[in-house]
Amino acid sequence: MSILLFIEQLLNGLQFGVMLFLMSAGLTLVFGVMGLINLAHGSLYMIGAFAAAAVATATGSFVLALMASLAAAALAGALIELTIIRRLYDRDHLDQVLATFALILIFSEGTRWMFGSFPLFLDVPEMLSGPVTLPGGIQYPAYRLSIIVIGLVVAAGMFALINRTRVGIRIRAGEADREMIAALGVDIAKLYTFVFALGAALAGFAGALVGAIQSVQVGMGEPVLILAFVVIVIGGIGSVKGALVGALLVGLTDTMGRFLLPQIFALFLEPSAAVSVGSALSSMLIYILMAGVLVVRPRGLYGVS
Amino acid sequence: MGRETYINIASLALLAGVPIWAWIVDEPFTITLATRAAIFALAGVGLNLALGLGGLISLGHAAFFGIGGYAMGILASHAQSYTPLMEVPFAIEGTKSMLVIWMVAIVTSALAALAIGLLSLRTSGVYFIMITLAFGQMIYYFAISWPAYGGEDGLSIYVRNDFPGLNTLVPIQFFGLCFGLLCLVLWLMSAVQKSSFGLALSAARQNETRVLSVGVEPYRLRLVAFTISGAITGLAGALFADLNRFVSPTMLSWQMSGEIIVFIIIGGVGRLFGPVIGAMVFILLEHVLGGLSEFWHVYLGALLLGIVLFAKGGVIGALAGREKAHD
Repeated sequence: MSILLFIEQLLNGLQFGVMLFLMSAGLTLVFGVMGLINLAHGSLYMIGAFAAAAVATATGSFVLALMASLAAAALAGALIELTIIRRLYDRDHLDQVLATFALILIFSEGTRWMFGSFPLFLDVPEMLSGPVTLPGGIQYPAYRLSIIVIGLVVAAGMFALINRTRVGIRIRAGEADREMIAALGVDIAKLYTFVFALGAALAGFAGALVGAIQSVQVGMGEPVLILAFVVIVIGGIGSVKGALVGALLVGLTDTMGRFLLPQIFALFLEPSAAVSVGSALSSMLIYILMAGVLVVRPRGLYGVS
Repeated sequence: MGRETYINIASLALLAGVPIWAWIVDEPFTITLATRAAIFALAGVGLNLALGLGGLISLGHAAFFGIGGYAMGILASHAQSYTPLMEVPFAIEGTKSMLVIWMVAIVTSALAALAIGLLSLRTSGVYFIMITLAFGQMIYYFAISWPAYGGEDGLSIYVRNDFPGLNTLVPIQFFGLCFGLLCLVLWLMSAVQKSSFGLALSAARQNETRVLSVGVEPYRLRLVAFTISGAITGLAGALFADLNRFVSPTMLSWQMSGEIIVFIIIGGVGRLFGPVIGAMVFILLEHVLGGLSEFWHVYLGALLLGIVLFAKGGVIGALAGREKAHD
């Protein structure tokens, strides 16, 4: 194992973590502010990816494709918030799980209806398709590096939005006491639609960014959704800071586990057994991490009890 | 007898009557559909103990369904290849006997439910939903990446397992077996609901503080309920694998967990026979809508949305009205 490969895997883990943060930020905000568990968040990720693939095929521009993913996911988010989701805020969690599960069925099959079952492909933009040389002579794909940068910029933007702006004050106040801020004259319904659409846009954006690395297909959102759940359980539901820390932890643990565990087992097992034990165990590693965090802190790292 | 009792009897009569009619007119496919419905109903009855009575919204019950399925798959695959399951420290042979397979399915899924329950019941509400979902995924990914038993491709079993005195490959006889087990479990569950354990569990769902104040520990009650619930769903998984003579990670997928909840919701949450009616309606919809359109999940989604938003009691709620002394 070379040190260069190790650093490259570390960067891959970081990129994965940053992408998971884009997904988890919306999920944790929606839960924190509105008390809603949204299984359909993965569908919004998928919608972003499909919108980007469709626009990229039509126009050939990656920037337009990214903008389309933001717009389409935000629009879909606002639409379902106005028609369905807002009826669920006062319901119990079982109703929320079921209604958003129903939305997944509708979105997934609807997308299959429109685009067919075959995966679409979204090309990495020409400018970012090659590798860049990092200090120390590490060759790393420029596109993955830009995902890390974009993700960190979005994370900084989210913190600024929540901690420094008037909307952010309202969001934090909404988490603390929704009746009180409604009494103070804030249009709570509009605020909810905004928060939901914002979370949806971030998910759609993540979908488009990842769509260029993997294929764009129906059902791509659900595995990521479940990872995002693990992230916010680890970070503490409702905390954006927790989502960032949790996302990086999960991204790094998963990537480094898949990279290191087979090699560690190879030290004392025969090669084929080491690969199968290592890969089986590394696919479970983040859940073991989650279980570990729960034993110590049942409300997550940054959760409020 | 209340109206709900009539509905319950009618639902069982329908579930038994349709395959008998199909057997007379020689429609084996319909018998297979009814068998699927009976097995799904059994899985739903299992989950309903945790979800309906205990208020524990588990989005990871496919784990137990799949563990039951793999218990059957692993034992039967060793039996059909005449290889022992393990040799050290003591030899375990595979088996084709359903009774042994059921016991193993029940015990392994109960142990898995106990382990998952021990950790996830430390939390409640939305954390519990997400954690059960995450543990379910953990087992799913383990099954995919563990190559010994087929990995992603699953395991095929060539001949259905044996039950003393029956030819299980005859559809109506296998249906009878599944239906008999469903009735047995329903009878056990009605006893559990009326027992002091069932009452305390239900009380813990309605008001945890009061239950604590009379000296009952909700955590233990819920752990026991979750374990029994997992065991029943595991038994259903073993039957489902035997029906298809095939087991794959799909049985462990989270969509499966969602579908088991859907059976309960269509029928009516917390009703003993809710999953029976729900599974029958689900199979009917799958068959009718699936024939109309390849994209029948869109209609299923719309229907589910309608039930959640406007008709919370499900089919039994609509027919029998509000449950007496409920909440």
